[in-house]
Amino acid sequence: MIRLPFWPRRRPLATDPFVPVAPRVPRAPEPAPVAPREAPERIRARAERRMKFTAACFVFGFALVGVKMGAISASEAREPSTGSLSGASIVSDRADITDRNGRVLATNVDATALYAQPHLMVDARAAAEGLARIFPDMDAETWHRRFTSGSKFFWLKGNISPEQKQAVHDLGEPGLLFGQREMRLYPNGPLAAHILGGARYGEQDVRAAEIKGIAGVEATFNEFLRDPAQEGAPLRLSIDLSVQSAVERVLEGGMALMNAKGAAAILMDIHTGEIRALASVPDFDPNDRPAPAVEGDPGDSPLFNRAVQGVYELGSTFKIFTAAQSLELGLTNAGTMIDTTGPLRQGRHRIRDFRNYGPELSVTDVIVKSSNVGTARMALDIGAARQQDFLRSLGFFEPTAIELTEAPGARPLIPARWPDISTMTISYGHGLSASPLHLAVGYASVLNGGTRVEPTLLARATPPAPGTRVVSERVSAQARHMLRQVVMRGTASLGEVSGYQVGGKTGTADKPKYTGGYWDDKVITTFASVFPADDPQYVLVVTLDEPQIEAAGEQRRTAGWTAVPVASEVVRRATPLLGLRPDFNPAADSFASYLAESGNR
Amino acid sequence: MMRGLIYAASIAAVVALAFWAYREGYDTRATSRDVARLQSEIGARHQELSMLRAEWAYLNRPDRLHALAEMNFERLALMPLDADHFAVVDQVAYPPPAPEWPAPVPAVELEEAVEDVIIMNHRYGADAAPRLIAPPTLADDGEQLP
Repeated sequence: MIRLPFWPRRRPLATDPFVPVAPRVPRAPEPAPVAPREAPERIRARAERRMKFTAACFVFGFALVGVKMGAISASEAREPSTGSLSGASIVSDRADITDRNGRVLATNVDATALYAQPHLMVDARAAAEGLARIFPDMDAETWHRRFTSGSKFFWLKGNISPEQKQAVHDLGEPGLLFGQREMRLYPNGPLAAHILGGARYGEQDVRAAEIKGIAGVEATFNEFLRDPAQEGAPLRLSIDLSVQSAVERVLEGGMALMNAKGAAAILMDIHTGEIRALASVPDFDPNDRPAPAVEGDPGDSPLFNRAVQGVYELGSTFKIFTAAQSLELGLTNAGTMIDTTGPLRQGRHRIRDFRNYGPELSVTDVIVKSSNVGTARMALDIGAARQQDFLRSLGFFEPTAIELTEAPGARPLIPARWPDISTMTISYGHGLSASPLHLAVGYASVLNGGTRVEPTLLARATPPAPGTRVVSERVSAQARHMLRQVVMRGTASLGEVSGYQVGGKTGTADKPKYTGGYWDDKVITTFASVFPADDPQYVLVVTLDEPQIEAAGEQRRTAGWTAVPVASEVVRRATPLLGLRPDFNPAADSFASYLAESGNR
Repeated sequence: MMRGLIYAASIAAVVALAFWAYREGYDTRATSRDVARLQSEIGARHQELSMLRAEWAYLNRPDRLHALAEMNFERLALMPLDADHFAVVDQVAYPPPAPEWPAPVPAVELEEAVEDVIIMNHRYGADAAPRLIAPPTLADDGEQLP
């Protein structure tokens, strides 16, 4: 029976408490049989699974945090970028170039480019006319035609000044827009122009532009300069800004005084091959690099680097190589008398001297008086094969290894065949053309104690190991002593700089005509020198192109009157800047001091 | 009773945590904005620095320094360094001994006192004749003549 809760409960009847009462309320049903307990192994396994899952979750979470922390700590600290340039896909940051003392030769500054979006223009004609007023080289008609041609984008100017920017801004034309970029700046102007070369814009974007080197070290080290892994470390060159400046100043003055149309100078460390100054005039401003000449002689262009690219017959400066080789082979010594009776006949050629020097001269005097005949006789004794080997060991058969894009193109001109007449003429520098840099390397290699040097434009942290030996220490000292006497009592007497024992050899070579043969009145004069001769530190080569002066009552074109005074002025100006002490002791010129110095090293 | 308390406490905790997370989120965003601002400021300073370096190099270019040295030649008398400007330490004269005040040491005695020292071209002492430094001769084109 169903009992509803609101019904009144009936009173229980008073009955015998011991009589069993039939239960009115049905008893709770018997509890269902309990399922048998699960095996504890399974429970444990399940709990273990759960625990493992939880642990895995924790491990995963912590691993995620750990990995992220590792990634943060392992990633490189990035240089903060300017907000506007971040996200620009073109690499625009280019490292500086400095000289050996850290003075800036090339750096970047912010610049503004101007571009047009004609579909945004309000008044294309006013814009074109306004631009023509601001930029005199822009033609209003042309640009109006372009703005109305339907194109949606024009680059107008790669680089404008803040004043021009303000003027364009004042035009109030919404279709003329400014792009942000960096610009390569050479703060020293034309100084070291041929070394630096120049740069131009590669890929352009309105937010950034890529700077690309087009010549000189800018092109050679293009990848290095734009490599972000370098973190902006500058490229440190071996040149010294003040020395370079003094050399260029003297060279420009010398070129004007000597009525030359060009000049070049190389100042090189004789032991390491580091170039302290390399100049070629006329030069140019790398900030505004002129276009390559399309007509006329490319050798007359200011872009032409006479010191590296100019391949000239270097004249009598070669004689010291012949003398040094002869000494090295033991064919002669400094006092051996050489027959100098001229003219010397070889086939249909005749070799004669500038002046008749008598029947015979010692080897030293052959160099001092610059006797072609004497040198040719010595070369004949050496022979063509050995002469070639020697010149090859000095690098006269290959382009120089200097780090300029122009260098590999300057291959020396070597005769295809090498008959005896070539042996003879090359012994005094005719018939083989090389650049002044080749000559500097040859002089450095022979005179620094006799080991080969490689020219470089990079500052070296440690001095390089000596190169292969080309001549012995003693021959090197003898060669320097001969060169010293050329200055003391020979053809280069104007080259004396008191205190610095300059030794050197002059060379005057007739210029070849393009049509064959040689000019009578056009010469290349060269003075290759070493200083101080007793303890050599630097090699200097000065070359003048077509010099001619009126001196001592006649027209002079020889190196002794033209290249030598310029070189001596370079030495006078550069030595204090290089930190060389003068030595006024006359004993420095004795041969014993030369040997002692080479023994000290 | 207990249960209600737990519920209330956990609700309060959730609200507090939500508030905290919300605030942290905003803090984070503000900080990252700050970092971005600082980074762009550092970048701008870097650019300024490189601009100043370029300007320094431009103002110190050898051409300009040379022109300035020539323009101020009368005041500074700067000449290119020469071999004659080098000397050994022995060539430098010691300063003359202090004169015994009040009687000044006559120049003759001074000369005797420093007899062994090479005096290059200076005379020391108050009574030495003043040296006249001639103004430089300038050519028509402003080129300085030696």
